[in-house]
Amino acid sequence: MSTSNDRLNLAAQGQWRRLPLIQDWRYRWALISAVIIYLILAGLSIEVNWARVAEGASRGLEFISAFFQPDFTTRWRDIQQGLLESLTMTLTSTVIGIILAIPVGVGAARNIAPLPIYLFCRSIIAISRTFQEIIIAILFVAMFGFGPLAGMITLAFATVGFMAKLLAEDIEDIDERQVEAIRATGASWLQMMNYAVQPQVMPRLIGLSFYRLDINFRESAVIGIVGAGGIGATLNTALARYEYDTAAAVLLIIIGIVLMAEYLSSYIRKWVQ
Amino acid sequence: MPLRFLSDDKDLSQAQWKLRTTREQWLIWLGWLFGVSLFLLCWKVISDNTMWVFVQDAPQQGADLISRMWPPDWAYANLLWKALWDTINIATLGTVLGIMMAFPCAFLAARNTTPHPILRSFALLIIVSSRSINSLIWAMLLVTIIGPGILAGILAIALRSIGFIGKLLYEAIEEIHPTPVEAITATGASRMQVMSYAVLPQVMPAFAGISIYRWDINIRESTVLGLVGAGGIGLQLNAAINSLAWDRVSIIFILIFATVVVSEYISAKVRKAFI
Repeated sequence: MSTSNDRLNLAAQGQWRRLPLIQDWRYRWALISAVIIYLILAGLSIEVNWARVAEGASRGLEFISAFFQPDFTTRWRDIQQGLLESLTMTLTSTVIGIILAIPVGVGAARNIAPLPIYLFCRSIIAISRTFQEIIIAILFVAMFGFGPLAGMITLAFATVGFMAKLLAEDIEDIDERQVEAIRATGASWLQMMNYAVQPQVMPRLIGLSFYRLDINFRESAVIGIVGAGGIGATLNTALARYEYDTAAAVLLIIIGIVLMAEYLSSYIRKWVQ
Repeated sequence: MPLRFLSDDKDLSQAQWKLRTTREQWLIWLGWLFGVSLFLLCWKVISDNTMWVFVQDAPQQGADLISRMWPPDWAYANLLWKALWDTINIATLGTVLGIMMAFPCAFLAARNTTPHPILRSFALLIIVSSRSINSLIWAMLLVTIIGPGILAGILAIALRSIGFIGKLLYEAIEEIHPTPVEAITATGASRMQVMSYAVLPQVMPAFAGISIYRWDINIRESTVLGLVGAGGIGLQLNAAINSLAWDRVSIIFILIFATVVVSEYISAKVRKAFI
């Protein structure tokens, strides 16, 4: 404890200094130099074509100025079609995903599911969560052809992983006493789930569903890039044609809807809980 | 819980317990009717826009896809290490850049540390617009502006990270304990000193946790940025898909899966150490 006494003496003399985050100076310097070496190595791997950047700078300015005068009208039919596809895709995929996620989530909760079912459901969750929506979309587009159906199935699959994981964690955290009380009345397994487990997880499940609706809309704007329909396809086309004013209009619409959805979902979550 | 009387003479023996009033039951029923019809309507829109001929042979297509994906082209993995290194760099450098930009934004956006309400709404605007646009869309924009390559990927990841880190950090700053701030202010400390001695130590663990969490998400996202030309392993993925080399696609999937699992493990370990 001599060091802390030293520090107290220094403090009395008005020379106190903050404790470093890592006490041992050797570790500290090793860590700092490792970080610097990594940053240099990583920085060297960036190849920048400065001529291309300079050429693109004017386009960047054009794009920024397009944000101040977005063009909603010229391609309004395309935008409308993409938006409609995105919104319908979002809603159907969320509903289907949640319906499928409930059995998977129940199966992935260690306190109610037997081990084989638990492992099976957990592996479904792991696969669905590891891969980005867009990678899954590539596979489903190859299987189901271009269009919103592939997008809907993609989003539903991603929703299953997300909702089932959170639902399973929620079920694992429930108050066991209520389960015991219901079981003591001689209730069957289904009755136990309905009267002891379901009321405890329901508010959070509803909140998460709206949160996922919000996420699914954002993702639906992206999976169009690989041909799964939605507003992402419209945006991709607009950018490929260098129509920055239309692209800006699409982006503004996306931002507007996401903001609205976020506000609404946080309001509903507050109201439910 | 309301008790409903079957007749007006209010004889308790005839009282019947119901969970909900009739009005509530009707409202719930109407809500379900509305929801189910909306779902069916949406389903119809999707179904109208789908070529069902292509869907009918989906099982064969799926089986065909799997048979072509297996066995993976293991030898191709040797050509992927550079791309994987690029992917990790995109995620890490992007996160570092994002942190640097998100940090001041969060302090400007937090209600208790912002110097001025106008600056606060400006910072919130930055955070919101960064959050609502996916990193893949950011990458698409940047690729058209500054050309394909790792730089576009790094910037895309950084721009997307500002919103995420900024939002979580400013919420953490708003929840700090006011007493240390008061104590440091009482010593006559300047504004910056209050920040550095009273606010920063309180949000540091949350900040470290958030950054590592975002790094983990960024690793996932950087694996697909190449699909729009922003560098990393996604470029190889795009090339393999376009040339229908599904055995190469599957080896890339395996590598992505392994990378994501490892990064998730690291992130979980580090976060546990901090919190």
